[in-house]
Amino acid sequence: MRTEILLGDEAAALGALHAGIGGSFAYPGTPATELQEYMFLMKRNYPGVYIEWSANEKAAYEAALGMSYIWKRAIVSMKHVGLNVAADAFINSAVTGVNAGMVIMVADDPGMHSSQNEQDSRFYAEFARVPCFEPSNQQEAYDMTLEAFRFSEEVKLPVMIRLVTRLAHSRAIITTETPVKHTPLKKGHDWKKWTLLPANARFRFQKLTELQPELAAYSNKSAFQKLSIPENGASTGVIASGIGYNYLMENSDLASLPILKIGVYPLPGNLLKSLTRNLAEVMIIENGYPFVESRLQSIVQNPSLKVRGRLTGDLPATGELTPDLVRKAFGKKTKQPAFTVPENLVVNRPPRLCDGCAHKEVYNILDEIREEFPEMTVFSDIGCYTLGALRTPPSIESCVCMGASVGMAKGAANGGLTYSVAVIGDSTFLHSGIPTLLKAAGDNSPFTIIILDNGTVGMTGGQDVPIPGERIEKFVAALGVPEEHVKVLIPIRIHHEKNVQIMREELKYRGLSVIIARRECIQLVKTKLKKQKKS
Amino acid sequence: MKQDIILAGVGGQGILSIAFVLVNSADKKGLYCKQSEVHGMSQRGGPVFALVRMSDKPIYSDLIPVGEADMIIGLEPMEALRYVNYLKQDGLFFTDNTPIRVGGYDFERIKSAIEAYPYNLTVDARHIASEAGNKLAVNMVMVGAASPFLLIERAYLENSIRTLFARKSEDVIKVNLTAFEKGVELGMQLKFEKSTSGGKNLP
Repeated sequence: MRTEILLGDEAAALGALHAGIGGSFAYPGTPATELQEYMFLMKRNYPGVYIEWSANEKAAYEAALGMSYIWKRAIVSMKHVGLNVAADAFINSAVTGVNAGMVIMVADDPGMHSSQNEQDSRFYAEFARVPCFEPSNQQEAYDMTLEAFRFSEEVKLPVMIRLVTRLAHSRAIITTETPVKHTPLKKGHDWKKWTLLPANARFRFQKLTELQPELAAYSNKSAFQKLSIPENGASTGVIASGIGYNYLMENSDLASLPILKIGVYPLPGNLLKSLTRNLAEVMIIENGYPFVESRLQSIVQNPSLKVRGRLTGDLPATGELTPDLVRKAFGKKTKQPAFTVPENLVVNRPPRLCDGCAHKEVYNILDEIREEFPEMTVFSDIGCYTLGALRTPPSIESCVCMGASVGMAKGAANGGLTYSVAVIGDSTFLHSGIPTLLKAAGDNSPFTIIILDNGTVGMTGGQDVPIPGERIEKFVAALGVPEEHVKVLIPIRIHHEKNVQIMREELKYRGLSVIIARRECIQLVKTKLKKQKKS
Repeated sequence: MKQDIILAGVGGQGILSIAFVLVNSADKKGLYCKQSEVHGMSQRGGPVFALVRMSDKPIYSDLIPVGEADMIIGLEPMEALRYVNYLKQDGLFFTDNTPIRVGGYDFERIKSAIEAYPYNLTVDARHIASEAGNKLAVNMVMVGAASPFLLIERAYLENSIRTLFARKSEDVIKVNLTAFEKGVELGMQLKFEKSTSGGKNLP
């Protein structure tokens, strides 16, 4: 038994290492990144564990599934929107089932600290019909990951761990157990289980459906659920899931209410019934969408029970919960702050591109020719360069999801927009810009793709990209984009005039052109210099 | 026995290093602790803030309720001010006094707003850190200045600073410890009379 101070992400990572995984696959994304970062940090102590930054979340998911196929435990981690990318593999892997234990760690971002939405992954787990664990603290993140691997093998299903930003990025002391050794490779044998031809798939899906009562039974008896009904005849009770439980318990005067803490899904029907049997009303505290709240009545079927939560406006419909918001939901007074923030003095400090960042120069080029091409529309993507939206005037006009810039620029061009431009980073391009490029190259759609190649995944702290950037131009050319319209430039002030000219010409070209603006991420340069200095 | 602390600054100033020093020290002393932080976009020059909670009893929430923080340690005056609604009536407001300006930044008015808090200390930590040998050690000066008011004894903090920089050279450790000690000297001079209002400002 040892103790460690770990982030929620790291506690889950250590749980997986102690569960004897054979591999860990991930694509970076806040707030999930630190799980895989920790794996790399610990690599030396766990020889034989394969760790990679995959090309995207679907690729990561499938690789983990392949590892489970050969009877080695595997974990895959991603942020919530990453599961959208991996959804096809995720949903279908519930139908195939797994061989060795497989765990998906998904980090949701209620409050959208660094995301486009606050989708709640528990709905995905329910949709796929797989179990989901929702830790309330770092110790549970560790314990639940260990248990998730065991249970995954017991029911032969992939199992989800749902973290939220506030737990993923919060540190506490945890106690660990003795690591398990990872199992040797075995060839898979049950081809029917794994080959989802309709006849096999119907059989498998039936099996998955029949397994649901077993999952519910497990959930009802899991030690991670905590039911406490004090003998005080209280008519108001609480259901609190995950980190929502902490915000309830932080308010000590609410801690003596009848409470069900939920840490495992599918929902524990018996416990929900036991809690609510003698209650007039129940407050639902969940840091995410109203999942429990919307499912509760269909389980307990108690028309006289008043259900309160986010749907009823007792808690805010969106955003991250806090101990104070929970307090207010019960009609309790919150502490009046002793001091108020002088709003007139505390101004916004928006994030900005680093000094010396190559992206800035690309935007300088585009901004310079904007007047010559009034119809020009710049579709952009997910990465540091999204901060171009905060320039005056904004240098980009859209950011939707990974890879969307290429698709939107193509669609706009196909619809008749004369100067349609996609601005996308190298990692995002490799993640999901390629499929649209294939079709664009095939039909020679008239638009311009600018790939900002800084050689890294910058926004999440500088993770590896799958291939060296120099291969991108060869790849693009091989798709049939004429070589004279595959341009590589160095976005630096002294090349400004030359680069502006290239941009002008490629915008005017009425076919597909790809401009690769290549200069290393300035943070990466700094790190390298530091390392050199040290050695 | 519990203490809730807010750390505030700008990306790259070393907020998370202070957080490490506090949490590691609390752990070594045998206290429960939780430390939450905001990353992501903040790496690009945005505000960074971290919460540290320590207690001899288990802690539930990673977040500190409004109006309950015992202390704010700021590495930038406006960023420290951003979270003042978390501070208790008799909470301590410590900050470095070098502004990192953005559009609309009014340093003089920020300074006077801070000086109006009952228990405040603004420190020219950058100058002190330079004297110690590295102007980037502002964070260590500030944690030093706050140390006389922490639940954790100095020896724990010093050891945690050594652990934090264990992979760096002996020189780096020395500079940071010196910066810390200089901060301690400042903090030790503070005599907050809880009955009086009006804080004490040191040069």
